[in-house]
Amino acid sequence: MSSGEYLHVVTVDDISSGRRLLGRAMIWGSLGLLALVAGLQSQQVWGGQDLGFTNWRPTLYAYLVFSICLCWAQVILRGEQGKRTLFVLPAALFVVSLTVFPLLFGMIIALSDWNLSSPNGRQFNGLDNIRQMWADPFYWNALTNMIWYCLAILPEYIVAFGLALMLNTQIRARKFFRVAFLLPLMLSPVAVSWMIGKSMLVIQPAGPIIRLLRTMGVESPALFSNGWTAKAVIMAMDAWTFIPFMMIMILAGLQAIPKELQEAARVDGATGWKSFWEVTFPLMLPVSITALLIRLIFKLKLADVIINVTSGGPGGATDSVTSFIFREYRDRSNVGYGTLLAMVYLVIIIVVMTVLMKFADKALRPRT
Amino acid sequence: MSQIFHDAPADRQFRAKWFTGRVAIYGALLLWAFICLFPIYWTATTSFKAAADVMKGSMIPYVDFAPKWLGWKSLGLSPETILQDSTVREEFLRRFWNSTIIAGSSSVLATVIGAMAAYGLTRFQFKFLWMKNDDISFFFLSQLILPPVVLALPFLVLYKELALLDSHVGLIAIYTLSVLPIVIWIMKDQFASIPTELEEAAMVDGLSIWGAFLTIILPIALPGMVAALILSLVLTWNEYFFAALLTSTYANTLPVMVASQTGSQGISWWSMAALSFAAILPLIVIGIGLERFIIKGMAAGAVK
Repeated sequence: MSSGEYLHVVTVDDISSGRRLLGRAMIWGSLGLLALVAGLQSQQVWGGQDLGFTNWRPTLYAYLVFSICLCWAQVILRGEQGKRTLFVLPAALFVVSLTVFPLLFGMIIALSDWNLSSPNGRQFNGLDNIRQMWADPFYWNALTNMIWYCLAILPEYIVAFGLALMLNTQIRARKFFRVAFLLPLMLSPVAVSWMIGKSMLVIQPAGPIIRLLRTMGVESPALFSNGWTAKAVIMAMDAWTFIPFMMIMILAGLQAIPKELQEAARVDGATGWKSFWEVTFPLMLPVSITALLIRLIFKLKLADVIINVTSGGPGGATDSVTSFIFREYRDRSNVGYGTLLAMVYLVIIIVVMTVLMKFADKALRPRT
Repeated sequence: MSQIFHDAPADRQFRAKWFTGRVAIYGALLLWAFICLFPIYWTATTSFKAAADVMKGSMIPYVDFAPKWLGWKSLGLSPETILQDSTVREEFLRRFWNSTIIAGSSSVLATVIGAMAAYGLTRFQFKFLWMKNDDISFFFLSQLILPPVVLALPFLVLYKELALLDSHVGLIAIYTLSVLPIVIWIMKDQFASIPTELEEAAMVDGLSIWGAFLTIILPIALPGMVAALILSLVLTWNEYFFAALLTSTYANTLPVMVASQTGSQGISWWSMAALSFAAILPLIVIGIGLERFIIKGMAAGAVK
């Protein structure tokens, strides 16, 4: 992005020293208030004095006052410039306070032995959790499963591309097909997992898919008793929900291709398959990579369907990292260990995504 | 009378090929439409089945089985029960209201502060410590990578200390956070396509920058904002993970209610189906009515 696109406005701000003082006073005053309240509260928690606080809400309120004062003081201190900062500052403050603090806090939790159901409370235990993780076959199993789940994106991509290509041709009732194809994305994964995952796939004599399989000659179609079929079914259900998402991105890309290019290719004698591989597909590469990366991000969060349909079974064959940690908390209230697993997962994701984005950049650069 | 003019053999072959191509395309499209719609149909019909019909797996109402209001009666929403008091219906309506208020307010909040941030980032140059505009944008978008599970347990503990567990505010805050990157992504795309001359003209006419933003730019960017709002609504309405962890009795949303329908004597499929259908119905309506906004929202950023 070059700086030429920005809006350039020169304003004369005459900010009196009194106003400046007021602005500073607001920031530091509210910060002082925050420090005071937080100090008093920690005094009660760690110092043993009873000051009548029942929870940390007062600190939260003081923090909110501080945030508002900080935003307001921008305008008082810096005039027009401050009004511009006001566009971004609320969102930035919001995100920082809701991710950075919990993440820092999470690091402390991750290095402690903390079971919410045990009366001992939090105890720092250094690297014990890491050692436990290293020896935990179920966590590694969940990570391996995630690799399989992520590989399932490729078939999804092919189907989505095919559907987008068909929707992009001259067809009747295009609106109907678009709406019908979009609907799976709108449905709640929980409802989907019960009504498809359980009702259609599990109820023994009655589920439509069970009956379909039986007429096709499968003897005892119990889909969730075998690890691989269970995994495949989870993949299929997740694909069902998210194929529309990729399809729409690819469709938007297809519609942005200038018609002249395809006509020129046709004049040059490229037909059907060849015109697709040599004209359409290369042109679609940037969109495809964006769609695949975003799909990957959503795939890494996969949990709802697994929690509701199989709860990880049989024998952990369908566990994703998220559903595994969810159960670690639900069944054992093991906050410390669960957080460490999540942190490790986050590190892996960041590394993988950074590498992938580097590759994507490299793949795109010579073409554009 | 015999035909005098014939198509050339090559042309006839072409027509046949074209025709089979059409059939194949419509066949594939119809097949996929069936795959997409059948589960919805199955959910809707199952809610009208009795136990025996569920066990037989009957498919078509009036032909295979006689529809009954069983599922809806168990929710207190069938014609006979709608006028009577029903604790189940109250429970359902409370969950529905929770879902509405949480999804609604978090989407609106995310759209408002997200649109502001996106506007600021496309129009002005910022510098905060070492971070320039691109870095700040990346900071916002990178939140998308953050898996919910990383935040879940710290939030659980934090909310416990703040007495925010099982409250609307707690869920609204975390949902806003989770959809904010998507909103910023869509809105940046929107604002970047609006020429800066518009604001320049408005400011020459005496509007302040906020005045120009609110009265000139936002109305132009409204379709994009609607798209962002609807996408956020879809994501927050369906969210299950945080709702299951952070709520227990008071602020439960619909997905949590659906997931907790397993009774002691197995699952009563008719009521499960009725509940699921009630949970997905608002989004089906939105999907059919506002399809072009959703598509617009998801296509933003795909094409540069």
